[in-house]
Amino acid sequence: MAKLSTLRWLALGGALALAAPAAQAQQPPIKLGELNSYAQWAAFTVPYRNGWQMALEEINAKGGVLGRKIEIVSRDDGATTGSATRVADELVSREGVSLLFGSFLSNVGVAMADFANQKKIVYIAAEPLTDAVTMAQGNRYTFRIRPNNFMQVSMLVDQAKVSGAKRWAIVAPNYEYGQSAAAVFKRLIQERVPGAQIVAEQYPALGKIEAGPTASAIEQAKPDGIFNVLFGPDLTQFVREGNTRGLFEGATVLSLLTGEPEWLLPLKDEVPEGWTVTGYPWDEIKEPKHKAFIDAYRAKYNETPRLGSLLGYMVVTMIRDAIERAGSTETEAVIKALEDAKFDTVIGPVTMRGIDNQSTMGAWVGKLVLKGATGGMTDWTYKDGASFMPTEAEVKAVRKD
Amino acid sequence: MDPAFLAVQALSGLSSASSLFITACGLTIVFGVTRIVNFAHGSLYMIGAYTAATLIPRLLELSFGPVTFWAGILASALVVGVIGVIIEVLLLRRIYGAPELFQLLATFGVVLVVQDLVVQVFGPEDILGPRAPGLRAPVEILGRRFPSYELVLIAAGPIVLALVWLLLRRTRFGVLVRAATQDRDMVASLGVNQAMLFTGTLFLGAFLAGLGGALQIPRVSANTGMDLSIIAEAFVVTVVGGMGSVPGAFLAALIIGQLQAFGILIFPKSTLVVVFLLMAVVLAIRPYGLFGRAEIVGGTHAVGIASREPLPGRAFILLVVIAALACFPLVADAYLLKVATEILIFALFAFSLQLLIGVGGLVSFGHAAFFGLGAYGAALAVKWYGASMEAALPLGLALAALGAGLVGAFVVRLSGIYLAMMTLAAAQILYAVAFQWVEVTGGDNGIVGVWPSPWASGPIPYYLLTAALVLVTVLLLKRIIDAPFGYALRAARDSEARAEAIGLKIRQHRWLAFMIAGAGAGLAGGIYAFSRGSVDPSLLGIAASVDALTMLLLGGIQTVIGPLVGAAALHGLRDWIMPLTPLWRLFLGISIIAMVLVFPRGLVGTVRDGWEART
Repeated sequence: MAKLSTLRWLALGGALALAAPAAQAQQPPIKLGELNSYAQWAAFTVPYRNGWQMALEEINAKGGVLGRKIEIVSRDDGATTGSATRVADELVSREGVSLLFGSFLSNVGVAMADFANQKKIVYIAAEPLTDAVTMAQGNRYTFRIRPNNFMQVSMLVDQAKVSGAKRWAIVAPNYEYGQSAAAVFKRLIQERVPGAQIVAEQYPALGKIEAGPTASAIEQAKPDGIFNVLFGPDLTQFVREGNTRGLFEGATVLSLLTGEPEWLLPLKDEVPEGWTVTGYPWDEIKEPKHKAFIDAYRAKYNETPRLGSLLGYMVVTMIRDAIERAGSTETEAVIKALEDAKFDTVIGPVTMRGIDNQSTMGAWVGKLVLKGATGGMTDWTYKDGASFMPTEAEVKAVRKD
Repeated sequence: MDPAFLAVQALSGLSSASSLFITACGLTIVFGVTRIVNFAHGSLYMIGAYTAATLIPRLLELSFGPVTFWAGILASALVVGVIGVIIEVLLLRRIYGAPELFQLLATFGVVLVVQDLVVQVFGPEDILGPRAPGLRAPVEILGRRFPSYELVLIAAGPIVLALVWLLLRRTRFGVLVRAATQDRDMVASLGVNQAMLFTGTLFLGAFLAGLGGALQIPRVSANTGMDLSIIAEAFVVTVVGGMGSVPGAFLAALIIGQLQAFGILIFPKSTLVVVFLLMAVVLAIRPYGLFGRAEIVGGTHAVGIASREPLPGRAFILLVVIAALACFPLVADAYLLKVATEILIFALFAFSLQLLIGVGGLVSFGHAAFFGLGAYGAALAVKWYGASMEAALPLGLALAALGAGLVGAFVVRLSGIYLAMMTLAAAQILYAVAFQWVEVTGGDNGIVGVWPSPWASGPIPYYLLTAALVLVTVLLLKRIIDAPFGYALRAARDSEARAEAIGLKIRQHRWLAFMIAGAGAGLAGGIYAFSRGSVDPSLLGIAASVDALTMLLLGGIQTVIGPLVGAAALHGLRDWIMPLTPLWRLFLGISIIAMVLVFPRGLVGTVRDGWEART
């Protein structure tokens, strides 16, 4: 059994090494656990990390919260459900963090929600957008800041009414996020646009699209509207193939997230102009508070902000507010401080709705346009999330708690 | 269906076939000469793509034009060729004589190293390369637009085939390559400079991999997942075509390209399965691929556990171990117990593999298939039938044993590298099914909510349960290894002909060994699923199989308790180092390579040899 006791000593040594700096401070810092797909989805998560680090430094420079500094223990979640819950377990049982936040992929978000419920610890989903996190798989320990698929698709479908397109094709990555977005789109387009029908559906595996055959299979159905959920490398390949084949000419294209700089910049000058998207037009933001954040971010990191930057910053400032109001880091107190709470964020007031733990943060909806060498958004408006949330009856019908 | 659409779809299929062939052709040539299945071939492809996507935009800024673009493609491929030479000189040259298992693991170590290095060198973001100058506009084919670059790709495949054919038929180097592919020892006996021949072959293979990668940049952004996704397909192409056969690879690539292009219409969600099913079908009918020849090497390379005098005082040692395991919760905190639970699970996983590799000499490169089957079997029972943990664990085990029986029935007819490839294919089929059969398995989402029964939840009870199950199973497997059945397997491993001559039914024994090992791994998988609360396709992935092999190798393949020590060492190390560095894969990769090169007997083997040398 020498192997186990060696391990124990190693672990003990590690724990002592980690505990040493804490012992020197007057009051131990508040430890928060953070996990995200830094290796696999760096385009989004690295700016996101910049965002939360910026918020963390600002908070600690002002003395932290409840007289204690905040410390964030960050880990890579491996971008799979099993690896994420394993890492979360390590954060909770070895590092002793007070709450968890982060994760990128929706399937990981669902697994994390399940983990939070099992271990009775607060988890704040940063990026996972599937409805399941706050609807069918939702629980009282899981909260989400960003507008979910239902809300973002609602905003886009409103734009579809105007276009008059009736024959719709769907292309979505074949995992939780894509399936959820496609399902809600199918429902909403048929409810809100009379006579609309789905003529083609393509579900390439995430990160493994065969762009040419996919584009030509959609073209074959002759749709006059296309709903796209692809992002990252899949999106880049699909747009290039679609542009070459003229797939988007004369069609109304609705696309989730494509206006976010993290997905728009890799397209360079091949931006599909005229797509109606949700995104982040940071270059045209005028509100003083938001503008100040953007300027500070650019000055600090010498690069333009992504949506991830904003999100990372918002999540940590909202956690700070919640802990301050809770007066402690006890799970029950934090839940109470989060539910139905109003937060004053850099993008304006945001409420965390208590019934499904979904915040009213909205999204920017507009059209893609080429600005110089890269893409941007035009004709955009900020849609407040409050008017697009699922009704309380809908929430009650699917939530199990 | 619209003929124009069919034509365009077929052309798309041809262009992906061309790209696939260029890459797979390098793999098959390298295998033919060196007999090494080079996992790092996909990494070379990825380096080619990254190099081209970074280099060509800079070149185009200097002088814009088609000549610059194509020169950039060739330059990138040459760079990759040189990297291939470096790999040959530093690593492959030292392991030509090693058993297949060591070769596969060593090249997989290179894959891990390259993954981290690529992120360090090129940055974490995907890089979209420029379009080829002059080929930006599409062409009209039967009234439909088709990217003109794809037409160039379609032509590139046959051109490469023709050039490689000329090289192999018309040059001295080619004659030597063909001779070495047929009988490498004879070539050596005739006084050919093997070092030069092998280095040259690696240069050619790496050059083709780099070319395949570089040609992709106008259509695919260079990304960090390229290596494993192409290597899986390239394996299929080489195995289906017959390993070492260039025309076979070409034919196989054509079939697979069309299968993918039209498969997307018929089964829009099961493109991955179709490819591996093709491979399984071809191997079932023609065990050496379309144009392959029976493998002469094989069997002679087996390494495994040797017979030894039983230790005195075994019962006493066993009691101490049981007592130590039982008392561990008294001194450990919750997290340490979690780690200990996982170590026990992996120990069982690796130990079940030892039965196949160490005892039976069957190098399985897809043992994760059974680990994953056990995990999925248990999780599916919970999800679909609301089964309790007590019912779900045996169900997982049964599913894994059944799966192993099915896979084993195909696999026991093969040997050596084909056996390893077939097990890999089986694991990949299961991975693809888990990944794409979303309705049942949840696809990428996996299955969540797989938590233990109330009496076993909490770190201490679950640790004790795991310890008891693992201990009993390991003792049972140990008994099987020491039984006549185990000795029959060893006999078959050491000399198939003699074992057959004394009347052993080798295939039947091996088939049974597969089922027992599968059941053991399945039990480990089931326990693992309940310890994490979820399952996902990565449990069936290549990385999980490599984990088990690494534990086996680290502990020492010639000893019975090697895999148990290996599991503790690897998992403990991983748990300790992973939070400290983002470069974990680099570290693991280098460790694997180092183990293969300087430490091939593993921890337990080295300690024991040292002990025996002293006494």
